[in-house]
Amino acid sequence: MININILKPTSSNFQTYLYIGSALIFIGIFDVFLRSFFNINYLTFLPDSLNLFFPLIIGLVGLQMIRLEYSGNRIVDKINQNINNNSFNAGLTLIIIFLTLLVIPPALDWMILEATISGDTKEACVATEGACWTYIKVWFRRFMYGMYPNDFHWRINTAFIVLIAFAFVGYFMRGKLKNYITFYYAILYPIIAFIIINFLISGGSFGLEWVETNAWGGLSLTFIVSFFGLIFCFPLGMILALGRRSELPIIKYISIGYIEFWRGVPLITVLFMSSVMFPMFLPSDAFVDKLIRVIAAIILFEAAYVAEVIRGGLQALPRGQYDAAKSLGMGYWKMQIFVILPQALKLVIPGIANTFLALVKDTPLIFVVGLSEVVGMLQMAKTNPKWLGYAMEGYIFASILFWAICYAMSKYSQYLELKYKTER
Amino acid sequence: MNLRIKSIIPQLLTLLFVVAVIGFFTINAQLNMEERGIDFGYGFLNQESSFDVQFSLIEYDGSHSYAKAYLVGLLNTILVSVLGIIFCTIIGVIVGIARLSPNYLIRNTAAWYVEFFRNVPLLLQIFFWYYAALRALPLPENTEPLFGVTYLTVKGYYIPRLIWENFDILIYSILAAIISIIFIRNYARKLQEEKGQQLPVLLISVGLLLIFPGITFITGMVQLDVSLPVLKQLSKTSFIYAEGISVPPELIALVLALSLYTATFVAECVRAGIQGISKGQKEAAASVGLTPNQILKLVIMPQALRIIIPPTTNQYLNLTKNSSLAAAIAYPDLVLVFAGTALMQTGRAIEIVSITMLTYLTLSLSISILMNWYNKKIAIKEK
Repeated sequence: MININILKPTSSNFQTYLYIGSALIFIGIFDVFLRSFFNINYLTFLPDSLNLFFPLIIGLVGLQMIRLEYSGNRIVDKINQNINNNSFNAGLTLIIIFLTLLVIPPALDWMILEATISGDTKEACVATEGACWTYIKVWFRRFMYGMYPNDFHWRINTAFIVLIAFAFVGYFMRGKLKNYITFYYAILYPIIAFIIINFLISGGSFGLEWVETNAWGGLSLTFIVSFFGLIFCFPLGMILALGRRSELPIIKYISIGYIEFWRGVPLITVLFMSSVMFPMFLPSDAFVDKLIRVIAAIILFEAAYVAEVIRGGLQALPRGQYDAAKSLGMGYWKMQIFVILPQALKLVIPGIANTFLALVKDTPLIFVVGLSEVVGMLQMAKTNPKWLGYAMEGYIFASILFWAICYAMSKYSQYLELKYKTER
Repeated sequence: MNLRIKSIIPQLLTLLFVVAVIGFFTINAQLNMEERGIDFGYGFLNQESSFDVQFSLIEYDGSHSYAKAYLVGLLNTILVSVLGIIFCTIIGVIVGIARLSPNYLIRNTAAWYVEFFRNVPLLLQIFFWYYAALRALPLPENTEPLFGVTYLTVKGYYIPRLIWENFDILIYSILAAIISIIFIRNYARKLQEEKGQQLPVLLISVGLLLIFPGITFITGMVQLDVSLPVLKQLSKTSFIYAEGISVPPELIALVLALSLYTATFVAECVRAGIQGISKGQKEAAASVGLTPNQILKLVIMPQALRIIIPPTTNQYLNLTKNSSLAAAIAYPDLVLVFAGTALMQTGRAIEIVSITMLTYLTLSLSISILMNWYNKKIAIKEK
């Protein structure tokens, strides 16, 4: 019987097919490689459209020729399983490989080969076509610390180092002290953090010069805003979630109203409110700092989201847990703190991590009230007459920065999820 | 008795606290407004606004009222949201399916796309598209046409304007097609239930939708004219394309950023929905003799959609709320036009911010009420 489809290999003639097929695939990839890296096209004798699609066609034929189940060759089997299981997938595979090959040379050129990082002025970048990392280098301190005076940057650094050190105290609490670990993180630590930031970064006493919050900015401001946001929105959200699940009608409906209200409005209008409307609601002689107003707005806003996430966890617990706790004679708070919440929170670690990520990603919005963290500083640097035209570099830098922070956070949440996973 | 007091006291305390906070704010607000000589009221909405808006879907200029300015902003917000929702659904579904592809490269490309775009702040992405990517486009006079008749330039995207004649007849014909499709569907269901016969309903529906409007064209009742964008010189160095519709770069940047960002979340919803269906369902369906198409249509999709739709709607809501970031690149949406310019001019912070928040609140709450209703309707009815 004659095999009609000459492109279909059988186990008997597979060796021949394998050689021809791989040669064809290699030709296809090599053609694209030459075109993109060396700008050589040795197929100009072909008509235009054929010339363009030649590598794709020849690659498809090649992949078709090596597609055979249980060929006996382990590498080929793996290729067939993963990137070559039918013609459609083979085509997509080739397109992705070709696109990567086409994108790499210009991207590499722009980002590394032709880029400059030397020098301190714009003149260093004028000659090249590539990226101007000098811009990032010169503005680096501004991106990190905002308009905070250069001489005092050590204050921010020290404050953060001390804060991190205090955050690790929990690991060294052993024995009897361990009972107070929640108390420490929920109440004591925020107070310590506020005192440190107030005295070190804000200054005004102990011989440290006062720096007003308008000058704060850059990545350090992102950290400060997200730090206080994270610390405070969590307990508030927990209380709201419990309130929404409460059997007492007034508490329940107030919680529902609160949660639905904040979830229904965009953060940007909340910040608008905190900046233009909130001063109207205070006694005329009272003054609340802009930064505190913004952080309070973010906390109130994100707490509603945290509450919804925690409510999901509370709802997922079987009734038996409540009944068991009650039958042991536990009161409401005892039951919540020792039985319900530990289990519920464990369940919703991914959700809480997502909310926290959203909070960190929302910090750039504080530009609305005139505070500028990293993205705000970028906007400022971009419009600086001495450094016009390097917006792209700045955005790439900030994207990588935020991506790294958020990626690290999500990886940490996955680790926590695994760590606290219990079998039911 | 003891129990009742125990349950009343915390409620009373909470109520007192809430009332006290609200009362404190209201009294202060009244005092402050008296001090500054502002009276509370929404009468300013009828006053002349005397500011222009760059991009508006309805006719508007400075001589119209603040209420009209509000409408302009609202329509612009809705425009961005609708466009963003359409594109993010398309991208999200493709990427979500790609994440489950057997192809290693496709799967990982999709995963990288999701990992990257969801971890970068939306505001940064909007800035990137608007200030970096779109600024690299050519000037109108140097632009090569895209698809022959459209021009993507640094000043915006110029597309042909469609000029309809007797547009209403076309609408009626489409309505007629839809009504007849509903009848045919009912008939097909009846046929299926009574005799077990199946009609190609989808084919007939598409056919009807094409034929009915087609007839109106052929008979000449409806006519369509296209006015192409034409290069026009404004001054010595400044060119634009006239005659067509110009889509401002702010809108493009906003829709791009919103849809690429939200699509990552939609993709995750789609993936979760498809993964949430056990293999047994597919096998069971195959074993009772359904064809692959029927399995997808009758068994997989109804169940997957039950998982996919609620979180996806949530993402649509997020997109709508996020569209308020438009203010950052001066796209005239509700926040910029109303809570920005109008507030600056009138100084009525409380009224304007409350109207803006209420608008978003109404939008969100009505969609979530709709969603809850839908959820109840499609929930698996257990005994």
